[in-house]
Amino acid sequence: MSTLRIDREAADGAIVRRPGFGLLRALRQGPLFAGAAAVLVLLVLIAVFAPLIAPYDPDAVDLTATLAGSSSEHLLGADQSGRDILSRVIHGARTGLLGPLLVVGISTFLGIAIGVAAAWRGGWIDAMLSRSMDLIFAFPGMLVAILFVAVFGSGLTAPVIAMSVAYTPYVGRLVRSIAGQEKARPYIESYRVQGWSGWTICVRHLIPNITPTVLAQSAINFGYALMDLAALSYLGFGVQPPDSDWGSMINEGQAALLQDAMLPSFAPGLCIVVAVVAFGIVGEGIADRVAKRER
Amino acid sequence: MTGSVTRTSGTTGDKGADAVDATLEVVDLCKAFGGHRAVDGVSFTLAPGGSLGIVGESGCGKTTTARMLVGLVSPDSGSIRVGGRERSAPTRNRAERLARAREMQMVFQDPYLSLDPRVVVRECVEEVLRLHFDLTREQRTARVVELLDQVGLGEREASALPKALSGGQRQRVAIARALAAEPKVLILDEAVAALDVSIQAQILDLLAGIRRDAGVGFLFVSHDLAVVRHITEDVVVLRGGRVVEAGPTVDVLTEPRHTYTRLLLDSVPRVGWDPARIAADRRALEREAGGSSGD
Repeated sequence: MSTLRIDREAADGAIVRRPGFGLLRALRQGPLFAGAAAVLVLLVLIAVFAPLIAPYDPDAVDLTATLAGSSSEHLLGADQSGRDILSRVIHGARTGLLGPLLVVGISTFLGIAIGVAAAWRGGWIDAMLSRSMDLIFAFPGMLVAILFVAVFGSGLTAPVIAMSVAYTPYVGRLVRSIAGQEKARPYIESYRVQGWSGWTICVRHLIPNITPTVLAQSAINFGYALMDLAALSYLGFGVQPPDSDWGSMINEGQAALLQDAMLPSFAPGLCIVVAVVAFGIVGEGIADRVAKRER
Repeated sequence: MTGSVTRTSGTTGDKGADAVDATLEVVDLCKAFGGHRAVDGVSFTLAPGGSLGIVGESGCGKTTTARMLVGLVSPDSGSIRVGGRERSAPTRNRAERLARAREMQMVFQDPYLSLDPRVVVRECVEEVLRLHFDLTREQRTARVVELLDQVGLGEREASALPKALSGGQRQRVAIARALAAEPKVLILDEAVAALDVSIQAQILDLLAGIRRDAGVGFLFVSHDLAVVRHITEDVVVLRGGRVVEAGPTVDVLTEPRHTYTRLLLDSVPRVGWDPARIAADRRALEREAGGSSGD
């Protein structure tokens, strides 16, 4: 029982980073963190005030402007149906952010509930919950999402539910690991000695103390979820035309590429990249700050 | 150092008749971790308001014993009674949990880990009062001030977070928090081991004062024989989970009957101290014990 400080980064179930995002880790502190955070705030504002900002109705068809290039009338040009791309990109931010927000919200909530229950109760409850999470890990999220779409129909609901289920074990495994370490800390043990119920200790003390780490994971998950949902839309399983969505816009813009019009697919693609990178940098930055505070 | 200590009669109101007998009886306590018998048939008695030391080297089972007493570890067999009430089985309901917490509280070894980093000192003591006693807000506030005053902390420390306090101050907070539940027995698990020597003296002095004034029984778990000699009346020497010697502290520590106790006493550094001889004595003792103790 000497002063034992546990290195969270080294522990099993540390924050899950997908391969290919290693580059982002180099950019996660300093002005870039601030810049990424500013981009995210801007995105949220654009999504919230989309109807006020957008110069045109995103669904207004103007066949005279088909595949128009960038001009003062259409800053980012127009697509095959002559719809203003800027307005569609701005409105696309709404579904683009709402979907991942729901996925991250639901998966964080479920992940915390499952992870804390597994860590606190241990024994067969832990074994059962952990094996269930392993089972979900075994299925690619995309495949589950396509299955759900086949059963419940396309739109935002089915992919969001499927992605929430697919992301829950990422959060759950992390929470189980850090809640297990937290449970063994003397301050939690002293609450038990004081006579508090396990429920009260978990809700009032344990969960708030692990929240920063969980939030860092959730911010990173947000980027992944955004990308996954955009991919589903691109494949035609998510938001359906004519509703504007970045993923489906890239799909619709593919044909325009052959006619030398780059903007219809390039503009929404760039939005996805910027949003995912910004969430990645912010998530990594939070994770770093938490790790620093731990030491 | 601390002002005079008087207990308010208002907060002891709901304790009733059971306050009379507060004898702690531990009989034949056993706990094994895997194949290792950490605690093996330990028995001792602590009279109401008495002071008992449990000494032994690291790994002798003293911390496990303390954790079983407060219910953080459940014993394999044996009984723990306070005032005749059995407390070795897991608690079944809230009333039982609270009653046990009022029988025994614990101060942990490391004050840097035993306080919730998010909770200010005042709140940390107040929540114990809220859990255990039916007091008005004013009564609670007054009692918090009184408890903090009892351990020598003032208004400035009361509104501070643990990270703003020194080790000695944190341990005072931990003691005030333990006393808030008005326990009959206070377990001090290496409670001064993490503090430097001059602070140790202050805390020991404080504890002696509290025992004199509040009539709490002390169970002092320590490897530090000088500290045990200073603060306890009786002592139990543990080795490999078994009691090898027990009796009044003065007798045991001046005229030890068991070779192991003598070895412990000889191990304390002083003028003319010869670590090589002690290591040789230890090997001889282990040979003597033969196969009876595994380690």
